[in-house]
Amino acid sequence: MEQTVVDVNDLSRTFGGKPALDGIAFRANAGQVYGLVGSNGAGKTTLLKHLLGLLRATTGSVRVFGLDPVRDPVGVLSRVGYLSEERDLPEWMRVDELMRYTQAYHPGWDASYARELLETFALDPAKKIKELSKGMRAQAGLIAAVAHRPELLILDEPSSGLDAVVRRDILDAIVRAVADDGRTVIFSSHLLDEVERMSDHVTMIQNGRVTLSGALDDVRGAYQRSRVHFAKHFDQPPVLDTVLVMEGGGRTWSVVHSGSLEQFHHSVAANGGEVVESRDATLEEIFLARAGRSRQQVEAA
Amino acid sequence: MDITINLTDGVPIYRQIVNQVKYLVASGLLQPGEELPPIRTLALQLKVTPNTIVKAYGELETSGVIQKRQGSGTFVSEGRPQPVALRERRRVIEKRIDALLAEAHQLNFTDDDILRMVRERRAAMDETAAETAEVKKEAKK
Repeated sequence: MEQTVVDVNDLSRTFGGKPALDGIAFRANAGQVYGLVGSNGAGKTTLLKHLLGLLRATTGSVRVFGLDPVRDPVGVLSRVGYLSEERDLPEWMRVDELMRYTQAYHPGWDASYARELLETFALDPAKKIKELSKGMRAQAGLIAAVAHRPELLILDEPSSGLDAVVRRDILDAIVRAVADDGRTVIFSSHLLDEVERMSDHVTMIQNGRVTLSGALDDVRGAYQRSRVHFAKHFDQPPVLDTVLVMEGGGRTWSVVHSGSLEQFHHSVAANGGEVVESRDATLEEIFLARAGRSRQQVEAA
Repeated sequence: MDITINLTDGVPIYRQIVNQVKYLVASGLLQPGEELPPIRTLALQLKVTPNTIVKAYGELETSGVIQKRQGSGTFVSEGRPQPVALRERRRVIEKRIDALLAEAHQLNFTDDDILRMVRERRAAMDETAAETAEVKKEAKK
């Protein structure tokens, strides 16, 4: 049976009267990787902070390992590894002091794993945190987040602003957490190719709401991208059924659509066109189509 | 194992792995009895979630291309894979041919051009497989 690690129901949160999260439902099962996507300010970080008990739900419920992270922070945080987007580490500590400090909070600390990662990353234990480069800070933060082999690993924009080498270190840590220990990973990212590679499930958040959620392959399979040829020239995209976005001009258009393929083909034919090719849309195409749509809806509102 | 993931053509990653392993076996680049990399190793190499490898290996096992041996790993099956019904096999291939013809038409290739190119690719593939077999023989000496 699948074990539920995170269970968020109808979570809403306002900041100064403005809704930041609005009726969020999110569930994570053990041994799976969850990717959170959404524009900046959509609510991804706010959701993750609720999982850690750093924010209290205005309404709704948050359960991690069946516990309320606000009421039982020790019970939750001892089993969670967290890398924040700001990598807010204690500046005045040395790298080895950070390791000892983190170890003190986590009885399950795996000193040999921490040492192995320090060596792999070629981090100098004697260096002060404030002297580290952006990439090294991410690596130090990553070790502090994974070396106690947490049951749940939460990474907020782990790749943000990092070069390819450090990004690879982060992805390796995710793979190892899942492959070696069957752990659960939740990470947010604006790099959609990374989400597509690393996630078993994807959740899209727009304006504080979940707009799309499911197994990655199901989400991908529900959207198609087609090239369409029309007999006549169109200055404006013709109105077709099931379409999210249409790009191009004249007689050739590229379309992202979802739902009934038959309905789409029918609609194209009714406009004097034919579908030249169709394939499953990539996550990036789906995201842009959905994000563009919600922008239009906001502007129309 | 030489597998490349392409995120732009819309094919699910697990399916890309399944197709490429089948290709490697069909072309002789993976030999019967040869061991496949463990899930963790392939996930680290391809930078994909380990569950995707689990799914791909599961499907390859179901279709008889590979076999898991308790406690020792995953291997390419000995002998020919289980035969699939002709109609099912035709359906899979015909779908690919339809896509190929549509794309070829767009790029101004005639059907004769395509038939010729298919034979040329086959010849090039056979050559690569022969060379690889040669290299493997050398390495065993």
